[in-house]
Parts: sequence; C-alpha cells; structure tokens
Amino acid sequence: MSAVPIVTLRPAEATPAMLASAIRNVVGAATVQTGKVKIDVPPLVENGNTVPLTVTVASPMTENDYVKSIHVFNEKNPQPNVGNFYLGPRAGRAQISTRIRLADTQKIVAIARLSDGSFWSVSADVVVTLAACTEEVI
Amino acid sequence: MASALINVPKKAKRGDIIEIKTLMSHIMETGYRRTATGELVPRDIITSFTCRYNGVEVFRADLFPAIAANPFITFFTVATESGKFDFEWIGDRGFTETASAAISVE
Repeated sequence: MSAVPIVTLRPAEATPAMLASAIRNVVGAATVQTGKVKIDVPPLVENGNTVPLTVTVASPMTENDYVKSIHVFNEKNPQPNVGNFYLGPRAGRAQISTRIRLADTQKIVAIARLSDGSFWSVSADVVVTLAACTEEVI
Repeated sequence: MASALINVPKKAKRGDIIEIKTLMSHIMETGYRRTATGELVPRDIITSFTCRYNGVEVFRADLFPAIAANPFITFFTVATESGKFDFEWIGDRGFTETASAAISVE
C-alpha cells in the first residue's frame, strides 16, 4: 500500500463545461437521445486507479443497423475523454469492457453512434473513496 | 519490457460471436502527476489500439490518460473464417507493440 495521499497539488478538473464541449466534438450538432446504452460500473469504488467499466448498446448489429462507435466521457478527471471505441457490423455484439481511472466521485457518460447517424447516451454515477491521478510519484 | 496478454478462442463455429480479451503492460503515465519536488511527470500513454482479422480492421480504440495502467480491453467479433488476429498498440515516445492469435473456424 502507498502512503495516505496528502493532496497539495491538484490538477485542474474537467468541468461540466469541458464535458459538454468534448461531447459536442463527437456528436456535432446532432441531438443525443437517452436510452439504448447501458453502463456497468461499480457504484462505489475504493480505488479510482482501476475501475472496471463495461458499456453495452442494444443493437441487432446487422449490416444495416449497427453501432459505429462508443465514446466514454467523465466529468471531473483532468481531461473529459476516457476512450473512443470503433466497432462495425462484424462485431456481432455491441459491448466493450476496459478499466478506467477516476480522479473523484463523478458522473460517467457513454454515447453510442449508430449506423443511421443517431446518437444515444446514458450516464452513471460513481463514488470514489481513493482518487486516481492526484497522488505523488514516490 | 512491454508484453501482451491475448485471449482468443482457438476454435469457433462459423457465425459464432466470440469475445476477445487483450491486456498490454504499460504504465499509462497520465501527465498530471507530480514528483515530490513538484515537477510534472511527462505523459506516456498508449493512444491507439487496433485489431485486424485476416487483415481487415474489426475493432479500434483511442485511449486517453483516464484508461488505467496496463490497458485491458475486451470486445466481440463474429468468427467468419479461419485465420489470424493481429493486434497493434501505438503510444507516446514511439511506443509500438504487436501481437497475434490464430483461430480455426469450422
């Protein structure tokens, strides 16, 4: 275990405004509807350095109706982007998993771009007791 | 140094949806941490991951500092034909690693 972090130098947090602009960069002028997307993440994590995350999109994944990409954002890390994942009809199932870092208790947003050009999103809240990113290098 | 762990089924029936799990050992230094003396530790992350199935890209990801160390990524693809999966990780400071896995499809 590392020492109890005494945080004296905090990087700038991504603000909700940065989150909104990061989302705008991906979706452009399109409207984002709520639904179809599901985030699986623990509601309370002890260690923000490695948080398991699964994003699933309800889609038949056929040649004519599939998920093009999944974009994951956060609200309060120093940077609003988490990852962009590009799929296609050959994926068979629109689901990705990874492990992420969370600097604080915050909201995670996942947005899916479908083959018809529509965007769907969902958000999840995670409570973090030990934050990532801010600790000093030993 | 860097090394990859790949989990691809060795065999599959044609049309099966298979799960692919990948892990690349990498520090994923965010660029936001400071040393005890207050200096910023420069960013050193993997920025891109690609999976090709017999030469055709089936999955790609852009990674950011918010991805945990030793990036673990899983995804799905349809087993269409026997052949090879090629994986490629590209990152800061000229980091580049590849790995591959074979699959036989009946």
